[in-house]
Amino acid sequence: MRVVVDLNRCQGYAQCVYAAPRHFVLHGREALVYDTAPDDADRAAIERAAQACPVRAITACADDPADDSADRAAAAGEAR
Amino acid sequence: MSTLFERFLDPDNRADPYGLFAELRREPVCRQEDGTYVVGTHAEIDRLLHDPRISSDDLPDPQHFRWTGHPITDLLVRPVRAEIRKRHRPFIFRDPPDHEALRGRVMRAFSVERVRGMRAKTERLTHDLIDKLAGKARIDLVDAFSYPLPVTVICHLLGVPPEDEPRFHGWATQLATALEPNQRGDEETQIKNEETFAEIADYLQDLVKAKRREPADDILSDLAAGDDAERMNDYDLIATAVLLLVAGHETTVNLITNGVLTLLRFPEHLERLRREPEIAPRLIEEFLRYEPPVQYRTRLALADIPLAGTTIPEGAPVVLLIASGNRDPARFADPERFDPDRRDNRHLGFGGGLHYCVGAPLARIEAEIALVALSRRLREPRLLADPPPYRPGASLRGPSALPLAIAGIAAA
Amino acid sequence: MSAHDPGRIVIVGASLAGLSAAKALRAHGFSGGLMLVGDEPHRPYDRPPLSKQVLRGDFGPDTTLPQPADLDIAVRTGTAAAGLDRDGRAVILADGERLAYDRCLVATGTRARPWPNPAEAALAGVATLRTRADAERLRQRLRERPARVVLVGGGFISFEVASVCRELDIPVTVLVRDAVPLARAIGAPLGAFMAEVARDAGVDLRLGAAIARMEADGRGRLAGLVLEDGGRIETDCLVVAIGAARNVEWLDGAGLAADRNGLRCDRFCRALRADGTAADGIFAAGDVAHWPNPHDGDALVAVEHWGNAVAQARIAARNMLAQDPAGMVPHDHLPDFWSQQFGLTIKLLGLTAGADAFAVVRGAMAERRFLAVFGKAGRTVAVASVDSARWLPAYRSAILEGAPFPPLPGGLDAPRRIETQVLEETAR
Repeated sequence: MRVVVDLNRCQGYAQCVYAAPRHFVLHGREALVYDTAPDDADRAAIERAAQACPVRAITACADDPADDSADRAAAAGEAR
Repeated sequence: MSTLFERFLDPDNRADPYGLFAELRREPVCRQEDGTYVVGTHAEIDRLLHDPRISSDDLPDPQHFRWTGHPITDLLVRPVRAEIRKRHRPFIFRDPPDHEALRGRVMRAFSVERVRGMRAKTERLTHDLIDKLAGKARIDLVDAFSYPLPVTVICHLLGVPPEDEPRFHGWATQLATALEPNQRGDEETQIKNEETFAEIADYLQDLVKAKRREPADDILSDLAAGDDAERMNDYDLIATAVLLLVAGHETTVNLITNGVLTLLRFPEHLERLRREPEIAPRLIEEFLRYEPPVQYRTRLALADIPLAGTTIPEGAPVVLLIASGNRDPARFADPERFDPDRRDNRHLGFGGGLHYCVGAPLARIEAEIALVALSRRLREPRLLADPPPYRPGASLRGPSALPLAIAGIAAA
Repeated sequence: MSAHDPGRIVIVGASLAGLSAAKALRAHGFSGGLMLVGDEPHRPYDRPPLSKQVLRGDFGPDTTLPQPADLDIAVRTGTAAAGLDRDGRAVILADGERLAYDRCLVATGTRARPWPNPAEAALAGVATLRTRADAERLRQRLRERPARVVLVGGGFISFEVASVCRELDIPVTVLVRDAVPLARAIGAPLGAFMAEVARDAGVDLRLGAAIARMEADGRGRLAGLVLEDGGRIETDCLVVAIGAARNVEWLDGAGLAADRNGLRCDRFCRALRADGTAADGIFAAGDVAHWPNPHDGDALVAVEHWGNAVAQARIAARNMLAQDPAGMVPHDHLPDFWSQQFGLTIKLLGLTAGADAFAVVRGAMAERRFLAVFGKAGRTVAVASVDSARWLPAYRSAILEGAPFPPLPGGLDAPRRIETQVLEETAR
């Protein structure tokens, strides 16, 4: 998976830390550090964290099936 | 002619207060006849939750009561009681810097490990409570499930022996009136609250002593521990314990009950939860928006606060009408629709700012486990009364009973 | 782009701004071809963690940004754009290939400003920190526990890396030419505060210090530094953090108003031609854009921050889909940024440029938990928070309303007396 947190929004409520402590950690009172590339197997925990964020600062997505940028680029080239 | 807010407080409107909010939001900051300001729009509530000119220390000062004419009462009993009450103010009614210190201690005791450690026990309790429904065709979900689950959990976390738990039922109901300004103002309620508080404090004092002698892995032991310098004083310790117990008795019960009620009103979501338990987290956030267990909180303006074309004057009580902000069309698309898939659901169900609900992570765990299990195990649940009967509280709002017909219980 | 043919949009820059624009275009219903071109070998990734948690090794170094599965975008990585043919409506790639567009978004961002002496910059052990590759190399180097890391530059990257070094218990020296670090971003009083925090954490912070020359060992590896004051520091690990340069060179000859300040654009994020009129179909967003900020009297700014990249990309995307200027919305983002260092979170909201007054209004510097405000001609223009983020929303409103300085008088956790400091021009 891929995760990004809008830390301008984050106010350190730590709800994500309770939901997914292996992926979100508070460093000091407000400094959130987090796993930017968690395992797909941890999807439920990441979803709980994203949903629990009071300011909705967490965006998470399943990773692209494969890094197929080359194929897509080729397809786009043809489309031209 | 009563004001909109008075109509909201009226128990006759308890089952569906939401219709009143649209009218109320026309004036985002609305002065009541008694000088209270009611704020019902999302942006303004959110702003005030983060405004340092807003105090949470808004409990009425008992010194302001009218004189009774009895010198012992007026000159001795009342001032002493006032002093005791003041010292027993729990941290939700405190401001920085005291609030930070007290809340910090509580947060450390409510550690990630400890709260998450409650998952297994909550699962077990949930299934035990559901097992007991076997053979019944009609149940009251509140009595049989929504109440006992969070109560058992909070007592366990705090370290209250399970056999003592029944004593808290009446105490918690009484003390919850401290959050209802329409009830807490009258002197009779105040006196009753003080008596109740004295009883519960006596009980907890003994329990704290026991925890100090023999610490266990629970929150009370943690709070009671430490050397003199960093230890909470006993007033704060008791006040904190009472707060956590009351909150544990009076809020999560409503989250679970409101959740089941909403799922039965919108059965497609119940069906979906049964098939896809992984949607539980977003359902719970939408319950917190749609039917928040805490409908409003009160504050006090410490300075003149210009807001949305009005100025809230210094000293004015302020009502933050969370339940209305959660249905504000300026913030939520199609706000009257129950929609767990809505994006950017920045609801105010757990408050915000310095006083964001300490128990939120625990409530989420309990609600998720409870709702997933109920959705799978209650066979053909049906509401027997819609709306169900409600408890009197307008702030801590929830059904007093949720009578259901069921066709049986599925295996765990 | 006619109503029937949505056309093709090419986004140059596989960046946060580029990806944010792509997401916004799809969210606004754009159904045409979408292509993203970037010179690095990665899909769009997040940079802020690189100088913090990635270096510290809290989690893995892969910070690829979430990309919705249904984004339907062709991502062309490892391919630099080399030119823009405005008349022919094509982006020209380094390999000569032409990518036709109907609309083009320039989001090429910035690169680390290299050390001015090329021979010294080429020494092994002399690094910059901007890209994922930079971060992975430095992370590896820190794992080998260098005897001393030296940072040159008095900005956030310097302080964040120094913080990580101290957390890893690696000796670190920070060389700052100015008398106060971080002053340009957060003003002299906060810069002085952070200097004290850094020193308390064991950073060897040298102010008014500059490198006269570097010394190499026999194998082209950095061995030490000689300072202008004659002092010498032994190190084989130097991180050059002296700012960023905007990636506009590829636009040379395109007839656009691009210079070292960035690609000039109007409030609708439309790129301007050299004559100051809007170029047809070309937009800009993120660090590379040089735009008029309505919160500062339309003074031109280039904002090198995460929040602006996202906000500006969204506005640009929306305006790219507008049929005419009447349907466009202005970019009026209030700049914001944050930094994590030495266990503290610093957040800044607003523009400190030209501020003439500063005051701590909540908490206290001594407690390392406070809120400070910046005033300009009697109005509140910015607020800074150190571990006090929950008060920021109220101050955001105060800035947007142009509240008198200091704003929100009275209330909780205020100092007994609010002391306003006058900010000197030089310290701003």
